[in-house]
Order: sequence, then C-alpha cells, then structure tokens
Amino acid sequence: MTSQSAERLGLTPSQTIGPFLHIGLMWDDAPDVVPNDTTGAIWLRGHLYDGAGAPISDAMVETWQADPEGAFDHPDDPRSTARSHPFRAFGRCATGPDGEWAIHTLKPGSVPASNGATQAPHVDVSVFARGLLDRVVTRLYFDDEAEANASDPVLSTVPEHRRGTLTATRVEDGYRLDIRLQGKDETVFFDL
Amino acid sequence: MNEQNDSQALRLPSYERAAGVHPPLASPAYGSTALRAPQQPLVLLPQNLTEVTGPLLGAERVTAADSDLTRQHEGEAIGQRIIVRGRVLDSDGRAVPDTLVEIWQANAGGRYRHAIDQWPSPLDPNFTGVGRAMTDSEGRYEFTTIKPGAYPWKNHDNAWRPAHIHFSLFGRAFTQRLVTQMYFPDDPLFAHDPIFNSVPEPARPRLVSRFDLATTRPEWALTFVFDLVLRGSAATPFEDPQEDA
Ligand SMILES: [Fe+3]
Repeated sequence: MTSQSAERLGLTPSQTIGPFLHIGLMWDDAPDVVPNDTTGAIWLRGHLYDGAGAPISDAMVETWQADPEGAFDHPDDPRSTARSHPFRAFGRCATGPDGEWAIHTLKPGSVPASNGATQAPHVDVSVFARGLLDRVVTRLYFDDEAEANASDPVLSTVPEHRRGTLTATRVEDGYRLDIRLQGKDETVFFDL
Repeated sequence: MNEQNDSQALRLPSYERAAGVHPPLASPAYGSTALRAPQQPLVLLPQNLTEVTGPLLGAERVTAADSDLTRQHEGEAIGQRIIVRGRVLDSDGRAVPDTLVEIWQANAGGRYRHAIDQWPSPLDPNFTGVGRAMTDSEGRYEFTTIKPGAYPWKNHDNAWRPAHIHFSLFGRAFTQRLVTQMYFPDDPLFAHDPIFNSVPEPARPRLVSRFDLATTRPEWALTFVFDLVLRGSAATPFEDPQEDA
C-alpha cells in the first residue's frame, strides 16, 4: 500500500479504437520508420487473427523500437545521440482485408536492461482493434538471434513453449510474425 | 535491494501500473470481445528503456487548421458547433506538453466518413471528422468541431452508441499510450452502452466531458472540457511486509 494515492489524479480509462480508426489515424508515412531509400531497411510483417483463426481487418498495429545501435532518441535514454539518418523509431499500420500489417524499419540493436543485463534485439508492439477495450502489448524478437534470445531477461520469464509466439521468422525482405489474439498458439501479451 | 546495481547502470523513470481503471478485455456484453480478448494470463513486463521512452512526434504533422474541424472544407459543417478543450496531465498532476492529440468522430447525424459506415444517415460534404493538435507548454489542447450524433450498431437489439469523440494520445513513454473516447454529460444512452459500462464504475465519470459556460463563445459555440490523465510515476511503496498479503 502507498500513502500517495489520495493526491494522485485518476487515470483516464481506455476505450476501444472502434472500426473507424482509419479516418483519424492513418498518416501517409505511418508504416515508415525509415524512408523508402534507406540502406539495410527491412519489412516486419504479419497477420492478425482472432480466436476463430479469422483475419482481423479493422485493427491497428504500432511498433516502438531502438535504433541499430540499441539507442532511443529520447530524453530518458541517457545514451541517446544525434543520428545521421532519419529514424522515427515508431511505426503504425492498419491491418488490411486479410489481416496483414507491415512496418518498414531497421533491425534494432541490443538494449541494456536497468539491472545490468542485456536485452536481445526486440520491438515493442501495441495492437488496437474493434473488440479490444484496451490495447494489447507484445514484443517481436528475431529468430536469427538465438543466442541473445536465450539470455533475454524478458523472454526467460515467458513459459518456454510460448516463446515462439514472440519470435519473428527471417524471410527474404525482413521478418514475419503472426499475432493471434486468442486460441491455440495465442500470442504472449504483457502487462506493463 | 538493487540500489547499488541501479545506480551503476541506468536510472530510468518508472510508471504506475493501472489497476481498476481500464475495462477488462473480456467484457461479454460487448460482443466483439468474445473472439478478440486474449485468454492466457498477461506476463509482467519490467519497464525498461523501450517502455519508458516513446515517440515524441507530431509537431511536423500538425497545422493550425487541423484543430478546427468545422472549416476543413469550402462550406461550413452542419450541426451544433462546439469547442472541446482540456489538458493532458499525468497522474502526478504534471502537464504533458508538446504531445500529439488525434481525434476522430461521426458527424452531427452520427455517421462517419468511412467506407464501412453505411447506415442511412446523411454524410456532410463539409465535415470529415478528423482533428490533430499539439498540447502547449501547460498540456492544453483545443478543438473546434461539431457535436457528434449517436449512431446505431449491431451489438444487440436496438443498440446505439452514446455520442462520443475518439481520442488518441502518446504522452512521453510507450507506457503512457492511450486510445479512448470522450462522452457528453447526461447522455440518456449511457445506461445502455456496453462499451461505456465496460469501465469500472468509479472511473466512468472520467470519460464524460464537462459543459463549461465560462469558456463558451457567445453567439458561436458551446464548450465542453475534457482533461486526460496518463500514467504518472510509480508510487514508491511504503514497504510494510505485513501488508504483503
Ligand atoms: Fe465511434
């Protein structure tokens, strides 16, 4: 228990993004964490499925990630440095009729954890949809980082048989990870 | 105790975890949750660099015209003209300055300018229903718009959503991201809306804007005030092992 609660302001509750999110939230460059011509850019893609295995076509996926050096251009990252290339770190994509989303980005580097450990390269992912009264949060890891993944302090808290739901598979132009909100192989979602 | 380790490594802010505020994902009265609410328990994610940072963007994609939804077309939008204003704060009471506020809404007849909204209510050629603004140094934002109408949906027999405006906010950290809806005072549809009522009862009034005569513009527009509160710092627990039940 704390003695502070009386003076604090009550948080604003979440509500569903609803089915009409596209009119309000789709910027022309929403999926572009980096510009089109960026050397070494990759696509992170996947489908979003419901508990019946049907694609979800009225959802929005957002990504937030470190740069290839593992840094964030943010005042609360003491290591943040000026960049020579545009890198927004943030991506947003509405799912299409087949439930697919895609983000154009650079692969993040490893990120230190506050306890001195090192986190494997990862992307934080938020999913918003009609029928989701609050966003759900997951992480995307990379299947070609097996060694780093094995010692990642977050992945190690996930039951081993479910870790695969967080691991994207290398494909020709990037990585692919499907997100399942419910059912068999339900994606691991986090409480943050 | 990790104090020594922490000071040798990174000192990061930490954000409170929300309890009793947000709707449970599985809310059976809202039918679409049935196949979309995850059923496995959530895994606790420690707040690290990725979670305490977040996109500080928006200024480059917002113009002054974006906050007046009544003047985005050649003609005037139809309906009750209103001002929606307020502050974005964190739960410590601190302003959240320079943060992007995105809104979208139905028109005065309750219809969205969206391909999948086809119910028989007229579209207004002079109303898109989309606004963007940045908060100022004290966390203030303001929109001029049209009071949205209620609209039917197919959740249950004769289901209507109370009038609302959708809000999207970033704050300063991934942990603070919020998408919500603002409602209007005394809406008779509140009692019948499973989305509004999915919120724990004590927190529901926080979604309802307040009519403000003082800042209403005479001969022009009514004002509704809506303050939004994002997660503030995690309270430092006064550790008492006897309370660890
Ligand atoms: Fe709506």
